[in-house]
Amino acid sequence: MSESRFRGTDRYVVTDDLMMAVNAAVTLGRPLLVKGEPGTGKTQLAEEVAQALNRPFIQWHIKSTIKAQQGLYEYDAVSRLRDSQLGEARVHDIGNYIVPGKLWEAFASETQPVLLIDEIDKADIEFPNDLLLELDRMEFYVYETRQVIKARQRPIIIITSNNEKELPDAFLRRCFFHYIRFPDKETMEQIVRMHYPGLKKRLLSEALEAFFEIREVPGLRKRPSTSELLDWIKLLVAEDIPPEALRGDQRKSIPPLYGALLKNEQDVHLFERLLFMSRRKKD
Amino acid sequence: MMTDFFFKLRKAGIPVTLTEFLTLLEALSQRVTAHNVEEFYYLARTALVKDERHYDRFDQVFGSHFKGLATRFDELAGATVPLEWLHKLAELTLSDEDKQLIEAMGGWEKLMETFAQRMADQEGRHQGGNKWIGTAGTSPFGAYGYNPEGIRIGQDASRHRRAVKVWDRREFRNLDDTVELGTRNIKVALRRLRRFAREGAAQELDLDDTIRSTARNAGYLDLKMVPERHNAVKVLLFLDAGGSMDDHVQACEELFSAARSEFKHLEYFYFHNMVYEGLWKDNRRRYAEKTDTLMALRTFGPDYKLILVGDATMSPYEVTYPGGSVEHFNPEAGDVWLKRLLTAWPHAIWLNPQPQNRWSYVPSIQMVRELMSERMYPLTLEGLEQGIRTLQRTR
Ligand SMILES: Nc1ncnc2c1ncn2[C@@H]1O[C@H](COP(=O)(O)OP(=O)(O)OP(=O)(O)O)[C@@H](O)[C@H]1O
Ligand SMILES: [Mg+2]
Repeated sequence: MSESRFRGTDRYVVTDDLMMAVNAAVTLGRPLLVKGEPGTGKTQLAEEVAQALNRPFIQWHIKSTIKAQQGLYEYDAVSRLRDSQLGEARVHDIGNYIVPGKLWEAFASETQPVLLIDEIDKADIEFPNDLLLELDRMEFYVYETRQVIKARQRPIIIITSNNEKELPDAFLRRCFFHYIRFPDKETMEQIVRMHYPGLKKRLLSEALEAFFEIREVPGLRKRPSTSELLDWIKLLVAEDIPPEALRGDQRKSIPPLYGALLKNEQDVHLFERLLFMSRRKKD
Repeated sequence: MMTDFFFKLRKAGIPVTLTEFLTLLEALSQRVTAHNVEEFYYLARTALVKDERHYDRFDQVFGSHFKGLATRFDELAGATVPLEWLHKLAELTLSDEDKQLIEAMGGWEKLMETFAQRMADQEGRHQGGNKWIGTAGTSPFGAYGYNPEGIRIGQDASRHRRAVKVWDRREFRNLDDTVELGTRNIKVALRRLRRFAREGAAQELDLDDTIRSTARNAGYLDLKMVPERHNAVKVLLFLDAGGSMDDHVQACEELFSAARSEFKHLEYFYFHNMVYEGLWKDNRRRYAEKTDTLMALRTFGPDYKLILVGDATMSPYEVTYPGGSVEHFNPEAGDVWLKRLLTAWPHAIWLNPQPQNRWSYVPSIQMVRELMSERMYPLTLEGLEQGIRTLQRTR
């Protein structure tokens, strides 16, 4: 039997509100839309839900050129044309050239799967609307083969967005929604601990201190997030940086290896300039 | 209790709909939460609020509404679900989609009956069985293709009542519709601006070229691909966030939200009355986080199209004199900066939310319009269309 409530995993820290959102969506069979700053664990969430509930995981990564239809199926006319030129026998059955998309895959799954529709905001503004009907009815029609594809059971659908575009109201009405707030220090500490269980306490607290300080620098184009922090800590450990080197009050220079935190050139300049100014003030 | 909550949310400007409210009720009836306030709060939020910008408002309403509430939530879901609130709700919020749902369900009374029933016999069987809403096919809710088969809301009497209600709520609905229409229309107008340029990886079959090449290839298939079309237009949006613009906030917000969803490359900045040496991205932190206008000039290439939105209503000093700004000391005059922008981004228009017939009475509008070489348009659909036509013209 599969577990039916999601409570997080030993690799993923889940806050109470997120837990509730997931369980409400699972119980009622509605999609869950997750937004949040980049790197706040939106994509990983879906994987962990699949893992925890012991369900197959299907990921549909959205790019700007993707059409909703591609999630259902595609008719590969080009291969068929090629086969006909080569005189292949399979050319006579059009079904050989119908390529199922991710939604089809999810509908056809033996056990209820978790379907992740990742970064839906990358697609055209009409994309979510184009999926409404299939998500509501849990079925669609394949014109070429005159087949109706019905979902064996409602997949657990998790959708992520980075807020690049606004999503249509009709679409939003059908979803549960959760905005992942940027983790506070305590939560962040848990997250880091999960990734690096053996990390020295002092290094962790100094690193977190410095990290949250940098995030507060006004005017950054891209504030470092969880994934950057994790990368940075990995580097700190690999380079054997002592915790003292991260101390704010003694910090003579920019924190070591900060390139892992600030990836945008303008941000690096800004940060260096601010630091320079603050040092001058103190002298 | 729940009804009032719903109305307070709407009053606070959170666009909760009946569909969502029913979802919440369904979740309660399915025992998604144990009975404690915090969980109920999370559940209500995830079901009702679809935009994090409304979280804070939601918190406020929730806080004031459920103040001092006991931790038992049985009463909340309501042993008796008041029928009148659904009616009231309908008057205010029923969209066509909602109406379709209700009709498919068999009308209000039926809906409430079913709900009460579910509430009564849910004990011990919260999984399995037909779900109240959501399961396609077996439940009328969420079933798009469901045929109401002549089931109408209530019987004759209530049908009559419904007709009156439609009449009664006209103005509310209109209000809602125009907002919706506005954003949508603006999007359509902005779409004009999309110039389709081919760029990126080859993805689409080029039929003509394939035929030509195949023929040349002695009949053996030679596939030719071309890149798919992308929206390649880049837009810079400069919005006046000054005090006199307060009346026009809504129009600007709509434009902004429409533009944001329509363009792949959209950069926006705020200014106050006139563009000077500093711009900002976050209105609340305008003093803390300034961007050098010069930096913006350097960062964004001449292929960006510039759309300035402002009422251009100010003292003429703010346009022509160094130090004329009301807010800070500007070393260089506004017109100097505006000219600089127009040199950097030759494709530029100014959208003005002030009614056009008032423009000639305001000297500063005249001045800005002249600086823009007449490329100032009213912030109406028509004006937007004209402006976009201007932007499309290549020179
Ligand atoms: N709550 C969490 N618990 C454990 N690890 C986390 C958590 N949140 C983020 N991470 C880690 O941060 C990194 C980024 O996570 P993920 O890619 O899921 O973020 P995302 O929100 O999908 O980002 P993007 O918007 O860039 O796609 C991963 O390495 C992930 O393990
Ligand atoms: Mg992701």
